[in-house]
Amino acid sequence: MIRPQSVLTPRPAGLYCEPGDFYIDPVRPVDRAVITHGHADHARPGHGAVAATAPTLAIMEARYGADFAGSVQPLAYGESWSRDGAEVSLAPAGHVLGSAQVVVRYRGMTLVVSGDYKRRPDPTCAPFDPIACDVFVTEATFGLPVFRHPPAQEEVAKLLSCVAQFPERTCLVGAYALGKAQRVIALLRAAGWDEPIPVHGALTRLNELYEDFGVALGPLVPAAATSGKDLSGVIVLAPPSALATPWARRFADPVSAFASGWMRVRARARQRAVELPLIISDHADWDELTGTIAELAPGEVWITHGREEALARWCALEGIPARPLALVGYDEEED
Amino acid sequence: MRDFLGLTPDPDRGWALAALTGALSFPAAKPGAIRAAVEARMDATLFAWSYDYVGDLAETVALVWPAAPGPNRAPDLSEVVETLSRSSRTQAQNRIETWLDALDPTGRWALLKLITGGLRVGLSARLAKQAAADLGGVPVSDLEEIWHAQSPPYEALFAWLVGGAEKPATAAPGRFRPVMLAHALDEQTDFVKLDPADYAAEWKWDGIRVQAVSEGGERRLYSRTGDLISGSFPDLLTALDFEGVIDGELLILRDGAAASFGELQQRLNRKTADAGMIAARPAGLRAYDLLMDGSEDVRALPFAERRARLERLITGRGGGRIDLSPLVDFSSWDELAELRTDPPPGDALMAEGFMLKRWDSTYLAGRPKGPWFKWKRDPYLTDAVLMYAQRGHGRRSSFYSDFTFGVWREDDAGRRALTPVGKAYFGFTDEELKALDAYVRDHTVARFGPVRQVQAEDGEGLVLEVAFEGLQRSSRHKSGLAMRFPRIHRIRWDKPASEADDLSSLERLLSR
Repeated sequence: MIRPQSVLTPRPAGLYCEPGDFYIDPVRPVDRAVITHGHADHARPGHGAVAATAPTLAIMEARYGADFAGSVQPLAYGESWSRDGAEVSLAPAGHVLGSAQVVVRYRGMTLVVSGDYKRRPDPTCAPFDPIACDVFVTEATFGLPVFRHPPAQEEVAKLLSCVAQFPERTCLVGAYALGKAQRVIALLRAAGWDEPIPVHGALTRLNELYEDFGVALGPLVPAAATSGKDLSGVIVLAPPSALATPWARRFADPVSAFASGWMRVRARARQRAVELPLIISDHADWDELTGTIAELAPGEVWITHGREEALARWCALEGIPARPLALVGYDEEED
Repeated sequence: MRDFLGLTPDPDRGWALAALTGALSFPAAKPGAIRAAVEARMDATLFAWSYDYVGDLAETVALVWPAAPGPNRAPDLSEVVETLSRSSRTQAQNRIETWLDALDPTGRWALLKLITGGLRVGLSARLAKQAAADLGGVPVSDLEEIWHAQSPPYEALFAWLVGGAEKPATAAPGRFRPVMLAHALDEQTDFVKLDPADYAAEWKWDGIRVQAVSEGGERRLYSRTGDLISGSFPDLLTALDFEGVIDGELLILRDGAAASFGELQQRLNRKTADAGMIAARPAGLRAYDLLMDGSEDVRALPFAERRARLERLITGRGGGRIDLSPLVDFSSWDELAELRTDPPPGDALMAEGFMLKRWDSTYLAGRPKGPWFKWKRDPYLTDAVLMYAQRGHGRRSSFYSDFTFGVWREDDAGRRALTPVGKAYFGFTDEELKALDAYVRDHTVARFGPVRQVQAEDGEGLVLEVAFEGLQRSSRHKSGLAMRFPRIHRIRWDKPASEADDLSSLERLLSR
């Protein structure tokens, strides 16, 4: 029996598949890369050939320009390609639009690299597809038992009741530009919020891209065009980095909200001076991480990034062999 | 909070005020027992890592506790207070666990904060009192005067604040009086405006500020925030053989000479003191102001007059445990500056700098600008190398923000090696904290639980310019040194680790 470590190997540039001669989410420019999803720490420019889902490739092009890679190969979920006996395919990861798990099959062995993933329903992307495997390579961004995300609908209800309680203020919601912002908008729509939503300019391109791939977001207007108008009782979306800039000063006495799994810990909300923490995450929480491992029952678990010690400890208690890969270069903060 | 106190009925608002000011205690509810209860429900190691990450026991337990609503019911505030105050430890523990089962994470957090006294966070106690004072439209110092004679749920207090009743009696002998605090002196802008003839100068002692009360047989020691600390210093309490209220510095005094703060620290944070400890480290009071002279309130008199009365009051008192903080003669700010840099032999060498007090200043509660200044000695500086980092608590939770640093020394084999000399967890901005956190993550060479060992050798290492107030010999540290009040003064991204300071340069400072 072949050792799984000879199929996938952690290297400084990222996780490397020797039989297929490609890297998964490399952090340095490489000849051949398979990209799980469009977040900037996973999808970097400058590789030779890039294989990914069509939305992920579109996100990379929108971010980095048309020449972000030497060549591209769009892969639909379930479609596979082979190289020297290694068969590679993509499966939905439920993280953001186009996010995928990388499934590598080689000489009867199946290794699944989940990328970033979640199990909660998300109206903006395909749900995580559990795939039986010998090795499950998981993230552990929220790999501590303190991270248990409440239902996202409850958090959106908090936001709407805040608008009702402070009709004279603007609710300024910080949400990461790719995935979180569109999910919050879709959740607001599902909760019956039909008002036009002013958005920061940095979100516009990705919102349009989501619409192009069939995700309806309802009426959105540029926040810049609303200055001077009455913004009381309005929900505005912006990337978190914009909340502390002069841009945010155009709103009179805004309620500062932040949609992130990190908001579960009070000190994190205080550090960012967030008034209304919204615990909405695009990553699996502790119960999802452990539940997924229990469901898949893989022979081995490898942990890429996050709080890998704690998840490895849980695996050890459950009698599942696990090892942290200690990959560097993935930003644990963005959610 | 003011609105809450106004709208909530008695006794709930009183219990809430008590919780915020730390006046509630539930001896039957122990943090240790809560920890044990959670560890019975989950892996202790995973709990320990969770606690390490969150940095707050109540919040960690609130988040990891497995909810089991079942037949349990969420309690209200009065029910918690009343149940816990009449329960045995075992009963209390059972009730707490069923409440935790019934509550959601926010409710669990509030319950745990309430019963472990954690709702009281320095600032909030003061804010809660301020809110209560605002509710009644009275100055907060009026409320603080009577505070120590009141007890939860403060029905008499609220009757005075909002019910039109008489102000509760302040005559309780031995009560705490709010203290007067000093502003830090800004040498650039303040000196030009100040006339040296208007000010008295005293050494700023390196102990803790206390209020020593002896009224009608009632003897008490309070910290500057009004916490009762008599229990830790029975030796000094018996020496308070005067009638009045003295403001002064608590020090370890051996034959009239002050010992280092490190020795005093051995006696702080202990509820009691045994005979051996008292003999080895006798507590004393260095008096510098007088609030009550016998039964006469002298706070409205000028400092010069209070000082003269203080000298008369303590002459021949205290059995050697009370002395007078001497005034320093000076005629110009330059002359005082020279003394500050180069103090005369004796206790002054250990002083933290000077206190400046206007001769005509009355004793005012709070921190009025102008009458009193503290003029601290410049800190010592050393260039050290970052060796270990640990995650912080509170606001810094989940960032690597506790930094252990070292300086070079020759090991037994004659090689240059780093030896840890101290630990600092503040002095940097939020931006610098992020940069330090990133540096730690990128340069970790080993992990020991919550601690990361950082690359630190001749070729690679981060130099921290550390400021500190003094050095003491210490057998607890390998380097033989302990720093007083170390903090990160500057991050020397530019400086090679090999050029950081040697232990010998610190040892020279020690011999001074």
